[in-house]
Parts: sequence; C-alpha cells; structure tokens
Amino acid sequence: MLAIDPAKKLSFNRLISNGDLVIVYERHDNMKAVTVSEGSVLQNRFGVFKHSEWIGKPFGSKVFSNKGGFVYLLAPTPELWTLVLSHRTQILYIADISFVIMYLEVVPGCLVLESGTGSGSLTTSLARAVAPMGHVHTFDFHEQRAGSARDDFERTGLSSLISVRVRDIQGEGFPSEFAGLADAVFLDLPQPWLAIPSAAKMLKQDGTLCSFSPCVEQVQRSCETLQNCFTDIRTFEVLLRTYEVKEGKMENLNGDNNDSNGSLPCKRRQRSDGSYAPDTSVSSVMARPCGEARGHTGYLTFARLKCL
Amino acid sequence: MSSSANGNNSNNGRVTWEGCSVLLDINDGDRLVFARLSPAAKLKIGNKNCSLQPLIGTPFGSLFQLDGTSLSPFIPSPQADATTNEEIKDDNVESRDNRQLLDNNTAQTLTGEDIEAMRRQGAGGNEIIEALIANSATYDKKTAFSQEKYRRKKQKKYAPKVLMRRPVARSICEAYFKKYPSKIGFLRVDTLSLLLSMANVSANSDILVVDMISGLLTGAVAERLGGTGLVCNSYLGQSPYSMDIVRIFNFSDEICKRIVRCPISDLLSSKESPEQTLQVADVNYVCNVESQSNDPMGATANTDEISHSSGNGISDLGAENAENENIPVIRACKATKAGERAPQETIDSWKENGFSSLLIAAPEMDIWPLPLATCMHNLQLAKMAIGLQISEPWLREYQVLPSRTHPSMQMSAFGGYILTGTKICSSNC
Repeated sequence: MLAIDPAKKLSFNRLISNGDLVIVYERHDNMKAVTVSEGSVLQNRFGVFKHSEWIGKPFGSKVFSNKGGFVYLLAPTPELWTLVLSHRTQILYIADISFVIMYLEVVPGCLVLESGTGSGSLTTSLARAVAPMGHVHTFDFHEQRAGSARDDFERTGLSSLISVRVRDIQGEGFPSEFAGLADAVFLDLPQPWLAIPSAAKMLKQDGTLCSFSPCVEQVQRSCETLQNCFTDIRTFEVLLRTYEVKEGKMENLNGDNNDSNGSLPCKRRQRSDGSYAPDTSVSSVMARPCGEARGHTGYLTFARLKCL
Repeated sequence: MSSSANGNNSNNGRVTWEGCSVLLDINDGDRLVFARLSPAAKLKIGNKNCSLQPLIGTPFGSLFQLDGTSLSPFIPSPQADATTNEEIKDDNVESRDNRQLLDNNTAQTLTGEDIEAMRRQGAGGNEIIEALIANSATYDKKTAFSQEKYRRKKQKKYAPKVLMRRPVARSICEAYFKKYPSKIGFLRVDTLSLLLSMANVSANSDILVVDMISGLLTGAVAERLGGTGLVCNSYLGQSPYSMDIVRIFNFSDEICKRIVRCPISDLLSSKESPEQTLQVADVNYVCNVESQSNDPMGATANTDEISHSSGNGISDLGAENAENENIPVIRACKATKAGERAPQETIDSWKENGFSSLLIAAPEMDIWPLPLATCMHNLQLAKMAIGLQISEPWLREYQVLPSRTHPSMQMSAFGGYILTGTKICSSNC
C-alpha cells in the first residue's frame, strides 16, 4: 500500500501485477479490496471480470466485464482501506484519523504505541505517517483479532512497519522495553485511565498522547488521571459535513424583468427578430449540505507529557 | 528510531539550539510569537524587554516565568494542582456564591503605587499576587472556582508565563488560525489534516502542491515526507507564491532539499523550458538575522506581506501594537534553501512518472457559486475523477473539569471546504 520501496511508488508506469492489492470501485458507497490473482475472477452485478485482464493496466483504469459493465481499479490507500476493511470492532473513520495523526504530531521516524488495535483502521494510517524509518507497536488483548489485524497488514504490505502483540494494556501497561522511547501513544480502550500512568512512562519528554472515548464520563475520568503527568490537555469532537452538488437552473423571480425592485440583474436573450426577451433562468452549479450526517463517533482527548 | 544526520536539527529534535525557531505561547495562548533563538534575541512582555538566551538548549515544552526582567524556568508544583481539585470537592465551597459582590472597584486596598514600591524592594511576581489576594476584601467570599480565576488573572499580569512550543504543522497552523487566519486562508488544523490524509501524502512520493497560503501547506506536506520524495510547489504564471511559513518549521537540510518550485506551465509543456534565472530563491536566505529587505516573493504574490526589520527575527502574531501589515518575516539563519527551482531532470521525471498526489489551497476566490462545486462538476463531466466529495469539517473543543464539563464557550464556525477524489485513467492511458 505504501511506497516503502521507492520503485513501487504510484506512477504512470506502475502497472497492476499479479499479487497486487486493488480496490475495486463499483460506486462511491460500494467498494471492495481484491488481491489480483492470475486465474481468478470477480463476480458482481455487472458481470464477470477476469483478473488476467487487469494485469498490465495502470491503477485507476476502467475495466469491463463479460456483459459490458465496468468497475474502476484503484490503488489502495489507508482511506480507501478504512472504507473496505472488515469490521471486527467499531472502527475510527477518516475525520478522526486525520485529526489524530496531525495532533499527535506523527511524522516519519516516529515510534508510536497503540492500544487496542481493533480492526486496524487507525493503525494503517499511523504506518503511513511513520514510514519509512519509524514503527508502530500495536497491542490488543483479543488474540483472534490481533491475528486478523496481522493478516491484514501482511495483505496491505505494512508488516515491516507494524508489530502486533497480544497484551492487556489496561491490566499490565505497556512493555517496559519502550520506556522513554515513544513519540506518541494512542489509546482506544474502555478504561483508558488504567493505561495512562504506563503511557506516561513510555513517552519522551513533550511526547503526545491521545485517548479516544465515546462517552463523556470516560473523558472526565481520563482527564483527571492525566493531570498528574500531563499538560496541555485538550478534548475535541470532529465531524464531517458533506455537500451534494448539482447543476440547476435558478428561476428569475422578477417576472416582468424590470429592475425597479432591486432584484438581481439578469441576462437578456436576443430573439431572432432582434428584440430582447428576458432570460428567465440562469444555469449554475449549486451545492447544498447533505441532510444526513454522522452525529458522534467519540471524543478525542490529547495531552503532552510534562517536562521535568 | 534513526535520527537524521543533523542530530538535533532534525525535526524530531526535542531540545532547542541556537538559531532554531520556536513558538512562544505567552499566558496560555493570549499572545503567540514565533521567534528565532539567539543570544541577542529579545522579547517584549508588557513593558519589559527580556532576553531569550535562557531558552537555548532547553527542551521544547519547557515553561518559563518572567520574574523581574528575566525569564527563568518554571516548574509547577504538583501540590498546587492537587489543592485546586480538592477544594472543589469541599462542601463549604458549594454554599458560596456571588450574591454579595459589588462591582464598584473598592474591593482591592493595595494601590498601584504600593505595588511599584514592592517591586522596587525586589518583590517577585508571586509575592505581589499574594499581597493582592491578602488585601482583597472579597476574595474569601468567592467560590473556589472564582478564586482560581482571580489568581490566574493576577498571575498573567504580574508573573507572566511563557511556554516554548515546537513549531510543527499543528502548532504553526493553530497559531496562525487563532491570530492571523487570513494569512493561511482560514485553513483550520482539522481541515489541513484532512487535506494531508485524503491526498495520501506519504513517504517516497512526488506531491504536486498549489499553495496560496504562505507555505503552510507546503511545509506540512514536506513534514509528512520526512526527507523522502519531493514537494513541487507550483504556481500559475511566472511569479511563485510566498512560502515564508516554511522557514518556521526548523526543517533539516534533507527536508529543505525536497521542497522545489516549478511553474505549472513548465509541467505542462513538452517543449524545452527556457533557461530563466529565478531571482527569488537567492534573496531570501541571507544568513543575517538583523537586516531585512522587502521579501520580493511576498511583494509580488500578496501585497499585505510587507515586512520590516525588528532586529531580532521575531514574528509576533496579532500583538497589541503591531498591525498585520508590519509583521516581520523571519530570516533563516542557515543557508539551506527550501524552494529551489526544480531541475530539468526532475521535471522530465515528473512528466514520465507523474505525481501521486495533488493538493491545492486557494482561498482567494469568491465563494458564490462555490468554486469547489464548479470544479467537482467539471471533473465529473470530463470523467476525470471518481469518488468526488465536498466536505466541511466541524471541530468543537470541550472544557473538561470536575463539575464544569461543557463545550468551550468559543468555537470556530468555519475552517474551509474540501474537495477530494481519485483521478482515473482517461481512455488515453
């Protein structure tokens, strides 16, 4: 997924090959991840697609089925992966993920600790942010989910950047081998206050911490615990409002077309006999907010380790 | 974790060095100043001119307090925080309220002259604050929260605190958004974060950027590339846009090298680009903090970026007496140039391989009809991209305190609109 090997980076000349992971785009709300395999096919409502016909094409290509239907083959990115991955747990979405990466100040070379791994949605973006010299150590107390996450990271080519371990961070804290080495710690746990003292030991001076909690009671308790070793404690909510766009005609409300009422000036169409007729509509692209929106995902609490 | 060859000068360096830029947060965000640390650098707080020398060689995140005329390290005592929390739980507190408070300026018996006298006798800021509290007739009748507020207000005036922050994309964006948002096109930090992730900015990539917001976007992209790949800062016409904010990032030489400029016309044409010497790159990086001439890039691209020397490389955002037009531009202390003209081989390689991401920050347009809507519509009609989406991020901060948790009283209503999508192969691919 990431160009850890510069030779594999996305370019006009990087063509789909056998074994590549592609995102098959049917519609904006209908996508899936497929590993290209020479003899395989993809079957959907548009027909049958042969993988062999995909090989050698550039990413972003439109490919056709036996029935003439089509899909697009996109290069995988952490954002697309978040939309197609299998949910073993509730995941973090793009708005929260982007903000976390920015606010934790994760850059190439950073060492980041995360618990819980969940479905690996955030982990994938963390890997992108620390690549190529950094590393993400992620911990989950659920052995099966840790295994599925490991498999996913193999599939997306991120195993060299992510280490998954089974560990109960609330009960045992982070492993002492990381003490004083972490640039950032991310917590998505039911009782993050139990893990905060350990997180404090892991962080470098002025290192950043983020805790994600759906409920305000969890936030309050976390903030209280953070007071001891942390400063600059801030809690946010972030949401995305989306817009729909269409081309439309706006009717001119002023029927007799004189501008005595201070209405908007409008164009006049010239008729074939040379006289002018009022142009009663203006074509333009209009945008308006979508009626539905996600109301809440969780609160994001950030803090910095106090300088001694 | 490997560090770059520059050691402390890499943007993972956590301790300040002579010549580095810092973000000074005075009194909890009341005032934000970008400064370059040198033995001669000074900062004016209130009516005192204090040296920034004590800040050199200290870790980012350190807190200082102005006591008298110099800044000294301030370590908050853990007891102070604990007492505040305990008092809140004290039952007596709940019976106090403000029904008897009269706002007639008679509560404080200490006069301005008394305070001056104390100062002359060598009293420190904290002593003055204690004296004010002792001489306030209404202090004891206040609720604990109210007492805390009173104490903090006095502390800001008599013993101001300075927090030294590391300038990174987050802190730089927040500082400008708070104090001088027009310079960055009102791009809020969550919107910037979305631009970076939705464009899939990652290491070893070639990223094309059109940055009309003083270089904040270019710097943020370069930070995410971490010394790999390339950022091509491109522009319409022949005059590059200003990139002054890039200098605040404390980028290592390796990262600076990765920021190059190229006019869009050069990227499009297949003919040989003319051998024109671009003067702009040369003038900016004079290794001299004192003198300053008009930034030629600033002048051509954006007329309200007129700069003048302040003698110590300080850029004070929204200070009490500085007008925005007079904000000086920081001079780099090292000769490393970010924003060199892209060499021909690089341009050829981009034509051969393309860019993996495009980011545009262009705030200067009329918003009716929404330019992004027109852009999205055109992309749809031309079948150039899929998954197109216009979004507006919404960010709300909370105050979380015992018995006092609620959303913050102030909120940003607008942080920019974003259009995102994925380019698809046209039939020519």
